[in-house]
Order: sequence, then structure tokens, then C-alpha cells
Amino acid sequence: MAALDGVTVDAPVMARPAAAAGAAQRRTEVVAALARVLPSHCILHRGEDTTPYECDGLTAYRARPLAVVLPETEAQVADVLRCCHAMQVPVVARGAGTGLSGGALPHELGVTLSLAKFNRIVKVCPQSCTATVQGGVRNLAISEAAAPFGLYYAPDPSSQIACTIGGNVAENSGGVHCLKYGLTLHNVLQVRGYTVQGDPVSFGSEALDAPGLDLLPLVVGSEGMLAVTVEVTVRLIPKPPLARCIMASFADIESAGNAVAAVIAAGIIPAGLELMDRRMTAAVEDFVHAGYDLDAAALLLCESDGTAEEVAEEIERMSAVLRRAGATRLQVSSSEAQRLKFWSGRKNAFPATGRISPDYMCMDSTIPRKRLSEILRAIEAMEQKYGLRCVNVFHAGDGNLHPLILFDANRPDELHRCELFGADILETSVRLGGTVTGEHGVGVEKLNSMCVQFSAAELTQMEAVKLAFDPLGLLNPGKVIPTLQRCAEYGKLTVLRGLLPFPELPRF
Amino acid sequence: MDTPAVQDPALRRLVDQVRDARGRRSTLDIRGGGTKPFGGRPAGDEPLDLRPLAGISSHEPSELVVTVRAGTPLLELEAALAEHGQCLPFEPPRFDAPASLGPAGTAMPGPREGGKIDLHEAAMGGTVGGMVAAGLAGPSRVAVGSVRDHLLGATMLNGRGEVLSFGGQVMKNVAGYDVCRVLAGSMGVLGAILEVSLKVLPRPPALTTLAFDVGQEQALALLTGWRRLPLPLHASSWHEGQLRLRLAGARAAVLAAAERLGSAHGGRALDANEAAAWWQAVRDQRLPFFQPAADEVAAGQALWRLSVPPTTPELSTPDPVFIEWGGAQRWLRTAAPAAQVQGLAAAAGGHASCVRPVAATAAAFSAPLPEVLMRVHRGLKQAFDPDRVFNPGRLYPDL
Repeated sequence: MAALDGVTVDAPVMARPAAAAGAAQRRTEVVAALARVLPSHCILHRGEDTTPYECDGLTAYRARPLAVVLPETEAQVADVLRCCHAMQVPVVARGAGTGLSGGALPHELGVTLSLAKFNRIVKVCPQSCTATVQGGVRNLAISEAAAPFGLYYAPDPSSQIACTIGGNVAENSGGVHCLKYGLTLHNVLQVRGYTVQGDPVSFGSEALDAPGLDLLPLVVGSEGMLAVTVEVTVRLIPKPPLARCIMASFADIESAGNAVAAVIAAGIIPAGLELMDRRMTAAVEDFVHAGYDLDAAALLLCESDGTAEEVAEEIERMSAVLRRAGATRLQVSSSEAQRLKFWSGRKNAFPATGRISPDYMCMDSTIPRKRLSEILRAIEAMEQKYGLRCVNVFHAGDGNLHPLILFDANRPDELHRCELFGADILETSVRLGGTVTGEHGVGVEKLNSMCVQFSAAELTQMEAVKLAFDPLGLLNPGKVIPTLQRCAEYGKLTVLRGLLPFPELPRF
Repeated sequence: MDTPAVQDPALRRLVDQVRDARGRRSTLDIRGGGTKPFGGRPAGDEPLDLRPLAGISSHEPSELVVTVRAGTPLLELEAALAEHGQCLPFEPPRFDAPASLGPAGTAMPGPREGGKIDLHEAAMGGTVGGMVAAGLAGPSRVAVGSVRDHLLGATMLNGRGEVLSFGGQVMKNVAGYDVCRVLAGSMGVLGAILEVSLKVLPRPPALTTLAFDVGQEQALALLTGWRRLPLPLHASSWHEGQLRLRLAGARAAVLAAAERLGSAHGGRALDANEAAAWWQAVRDQRLPFFQPAADEVAAGQALWRLSVPPTTPELSTPDPVFIEWGGAQRWLRTAAPAAQVQGLAAAAGGHASCVRPVAATAAAFSAPLPEVLMRVHRGLKQAFDPDRVFNPGRLYPDL
């Protein structure tokens, strides 16, 4: 998606000249082998054809694969995998390429396996409230197909017009609604696909559980490193008859952060709870003209959905909590049109940011909600330290931050300072008890930060999990789990965390 | 290796025991309250007792997260949450320990003095570690999700005696593989769970249970019709001609739905105490249906749990059935051979697990897997516990 392409700089991952010669030879061999199992129109290998696949939504990292294949049948997927496995060629599966962490970055000596042609909705079953769709079906297309039955698919990443369910499974994608309705993992019943060896395999079932170990949570969020997804069965939920949104203004960002914690502490789980700071509000207001309160230091969007009775009760409780938390102004949407207007700025935060800065980098860490104001203060201090501006928009209810660091790649040193700024945010998040990525995935972008979050033994254990599915390490190699050597060079390998410090007196 | 991770003396002993057992090529049977003895047995030469590793490490009511050590009695955790109006939303069952397991779990908790729990008397409905390892959820499972869905992080001990933490204390976390969640329902074959962080929720502000006098076919049809409506459904059960439906959520929503469903389908609201007693008995499997008596066991009777797609029609069996989870969980009391029950579930697109009596579960707790999945299972066992120290044979004979 062009709108998400904030970062446009030279690729850190480029083919080196010596490797290029080897790659040409290898390309010839691999393309010849693939031509035995695929019709020629399903194989792209000339530069002008494979260039569109050289990156995903994280455009700072680019690489050209040996070939891109676009199989049309499951038998072809299996054949491609068998062929690549026999030749020990890395395989990188790809959906719409909207990922923000470089999870679909091609491998220079590998094959990119596009699932674009697996775009069929197999069935929508209103009786069981499930939909079975091929991996290349767009996220929003599922809800559109379910709409005639009064049902929808809840996880709604910002890229939902374009991103595919197969990619959502790979990343365990979230979205505004996941505070109340869960992430991809919580809304997927079954994933059907192929192992790296080309054997058909199913994880989960159409029932609520499956025998043996529960492998679904490993496969969902595995960034294409454990199996290739061709079909997904998702849970659909009844569309709430009504949704209303409160827009609350705050005079300082700390009280907005504290208001978020107060809403959750009151036992309310909003359908969405999002925060934008003043800089973000100004940028989006200029873009969508939604009538945002430009005097507020921060705006909270707090949504309730359900039956009319439920929503009325909840809006009242939410309003009381927000007022007590120091909101200077509350507006409650009185129509669906007004509600959508409230959200229009939040939904357009990324393109609006593209208008105020030549480039930006989007971070994705999660912290415990009660630390929100603390991290916002820390980010303000970092702006001084690194000499760059940052706008804040995030899934506040989940504690999932999306600071957008603004920079100009044409100015010397700004990308470098931006990367240091980003790493500082991630490391601060880990120190505050959080994680380096809430929903965008590790990909290649956060490999270094993984060294900060996990010990050598933990990373080694994750690598062993990968090898249980993929003994030769051919599915999307080089993503998610940093090598210990990389961590040593980064110089920040964490020590074992172990148990939480025990606050109470020993009992025994 | 004396890292900060293993400074706790109780943990130190566990780490030493695992390393010692591994060195001697011995095996360990991970033990909590001893209340869930089903599955392949014996599952190890020596017990690895997790109960000394107990206590709530952190509870942040405003964060809706609790971090708790594996040996903590489940009832103790639930009591601590209740003090803040919170609960484990997935309603894990709380079993008693069978007397045959010896002094570790002979009875429900004895008197507590000065806040201390007598380890040798307290089964306390099992431990938190056992709850996660067994992965069982109660009547609300279909509405709120499973144990796995509420697991945010775990610290574990693998077969090399390493203390590892995965996940964390936040709701959204996609850093690396979601290793902690595969521990839910793993029956200890990958390692010993030491500490977990769980998502908790406020107890629902309002609850109402409706009862309908209907046959099985009509009950299934009603449940299917309600599933796609925006109703605050929370739990359901059908047995012997009675469908019970629990509604939970905002007061106004529960009242409106109870009114609507009651008048449309002839349902009557149950007295609150009667309803609470019913759901507790279903949750903890204390109804006679769930507990085959000695003479019934002698006659070959067993209790099976069939997990099937919720739209599965009435099972073709003459034996009595108890339905939960909107049709997705069917309990069956039968003397039919394992292969036949497993076939019945498989034909519907689900699987069957033998739950009682304990002796019958050894070979039939986990339904057989296709070879490609079994290969992954063996690979994971090798990855976590290469010398097969933990619970060998508990889930499958070759794990």
C-alpha cells in the first residue's frame, strides 16, 4: 500500500556483486526446476517482473528473489514446496505485502511464494458463524461476505482493505477492535496449509479444540516460518446493532494516559480505545476536517457497541470515568455518520503523517497500561535527545503504542538518528514490562530488539521450535529470531528473566 | 549456573532435580494438586512436586493481569481475584484429588492456620500450573475463550533444566513464537510450568439463567438460531429434556435478552441460587452424569468428552448425552469401545477424549493424530525435552 510507505531510503539489504554471480547461476537452475511443476505464466524471474516484490510495507529493506511463483492450485503449492525442499531453496510466502516489519522481504537466494491467486471465499456458514476462505482473501472481503447474515470478522488492522487473511495469520494481526474481540489468534479456528516438505497439514479444527498439543498459537504469528497457509476458517460474530463513540479532550497527555487506565480499571472493555496527541490531531484535522478539538493536548476515542440498552448503559459509565479522570470536553456521537467522522482521523493517521513529513518510521511496542504516561514523557525527552519529532497515535486500551518518528531521509544522519530513537523506545518499553512488538511482527525490522527482550537460551529454544516444523530452516529464514552472533554484535543480549520478584513474605 | 533467574530456593531445588534426573537418565512425573490424573500413566519414575513454588507474584487489578506461581492452589487464586471483583473468565474445573494418589491429595483443604496451607492436605481444586497444563475450561468457554486465550506469558523449565520466559504481562505481544500458549493443554510433556501471567476480567455485572423444556433436536436448533444474534450468551447446557441458558453482561442487555428469549420460546428464569449451583456443578463436573459409579465402571461405562463443530446434529448413539458450549462440547456416557467413540467424533469433524474412569484414560485421553502432525509433535518434544525427562507417555506413547 503506497499510503503506508513512509520510509523510502536505500536498501540495507542489497545483492553483493560476488553473490550476484552465484545467484544468476542458481536462478537458472531453480527456474528450470519450477518450470517442471508450474505453467510458465505462474513464474516470474526477470528483473522487471520481480521488482514489485522486492519489499513489503517496510520499504527501507529490499531484496530481489531468484523467482516469484504464483501457483493457482493447492497441488501446485505442494509441488513448489517439494521442488524447493529437494533443492534446499528458501521459500518466502507472501500475501498482499502490506506488512510493516519486513516479514515478506524476499530472500536473495530464495523463491517468493505469492498466495495472491488463492482469493476465493470457500463458504460462509451462518449456522456455525464461521467462514472458510483461501489465504489470499482480503480481510475486509470476509466481513463483506458475512454482512448479509448480520455477521462480521472482528480483527481489523488498518490495512484491512488490502491485507490478506493469510498474512493476518502470519502476523497475528490486531486492530482497533481487538481490545474487546481479540487478535487474529482468538478469531481463527483452523489453518490449513502445507509443511515445508509439501505435505498437507491442518492446525486447529472446526470444533473449539483439537487433540494433542495446541499448535495453532505457534502457527498464528509465526511470520511464515513454520508452514504455508492456503485456507483459514475464522469465527464470525454478530454485528452489534449499535455503536457510539465518545471523543474526550484532555489538557495534558498524562491525564489522557491515566484516563485509559481508569476506564479499564472500572471494569469497562470498550470496543475501541484510541489516543492521539495534539500534533497528530492537527495533522489529521488538516487531512480529513473532522472537527477535532485542536486545543486539546490529547484526544481519546472511546467506543461502545452492543444492543441499544447495553450501549446507553456503557456510554454513561464511560463518560463518568472520563470526566473524573479530568476530561475537559466530551462529545458523544449522535449518529453513525458522526461516529465515522470521529474515527476518520484515526483511520487516516498514517497518510496524514505522510503529508507533514517526508519520511516516518512507525514503532509498535506494547507496555502495561499504567505506564502510558511514563513512556509518553520518556518519548518527549527522546525528541530532544535525537533531535527528531514524534507524533503519537495508538491503541491505548491495549497499551499498544504507535509512535511515528518523523525524519527526512535526504538529510545526512536523520535515518540513523531515527533508528536509534526507535530502538530506544523499544528498549524502554521492555524495561517498563512490555514487548517490542504488539501487532506488526518482528520481521527483519526488530531482530536487534529481540536480543533485548529474550535471553540466549530463550532464542535458542525458539529456533528449536522452528526446526521441529522445518528441520532444514528453509521457510522464511533470517526473520523473527536473531542469531546469537547478531545479538553479541548488537551488544545487548538480555540475561534470563526468570520469576517475577516475589513481593510477599515466604509462606513456607 | 547460578543466574538471577534461579535465586529462589524452591526453584533452585526444581532445577537441581531436573538436572539430576536427566543426568541419571531418570524421568519425572510433574505434580501439582494431583487432581487430574488422566492420560498415560505412570508418567515418570519420580514426582516433580511444583507445590512449593506457590504464591501470587503480582496482581494489578487495573491492568486485568495476574502473575502467579504454578503451585498456587487454584481456589486461592480465585479467592484473591474475587476480593477485587475479578475472576478467571474461562471457569476452569476444580477437581478433588482421588484418594488413591496418596497423601498429596487425600481431601479438600484442611483448616488454614496463620495463612499457611498444609501442603499435604490441600488439593484446593488443583493448582494453577495444573490448570494451564490440562487446558480445561468450563461452561463459559464458548463465550469468552479458552485457557490458552487468557494466557499472556509463562516461565517454564525445559528438559535441559533451563528457566525460560515467553510472552509477558501485556495483552498484545507478537515478539517471537507464541511459545507460552502451546503449554496450555500440553499435559507437561514439553516442560514444567513455573509461573504464568493470566488475563482476568471483572465478574459480569448481571447474570440470568433461563430454562426451557425441550428435546435434544430442538435444543440444538435453538442454540444454532441464537448463535448469530447479538445476545449476551454466556453458557448453555442440555440434558434430559432441559436446556439451560446463562446470559451475562451489562444489566440492561441481560434483562432485555431474558425477556425476549423467555417469551419467544417459553423459557423461565431460574432462581439465582439454583442457577449458580447448577453451573458450578457443571463446571466442576460434580453431577452424577460426570462421575461413573464403581458398578457402572465395572460394567465398562466411561465418560467421554466429544469436541465437535457446534452445528453437529444429534449424535447417533443410544447412550445418554450432556451438551455444552452451544453444541460444541458433547459429553457421552457409554460402554462402547474407544475406536467407536473416536469414530463418532471424527465423522462429525471433531475428536473424542476419554475422561473417566482414570484407568480407561491411559490409552484414550488424546485422539490419534495424522502422521504429519505426529512428526511435528515429536519434533517439539525433541526441541524442549530431548531426553524425555518430563511426563513420558502422558499425552502420546512416543512423546
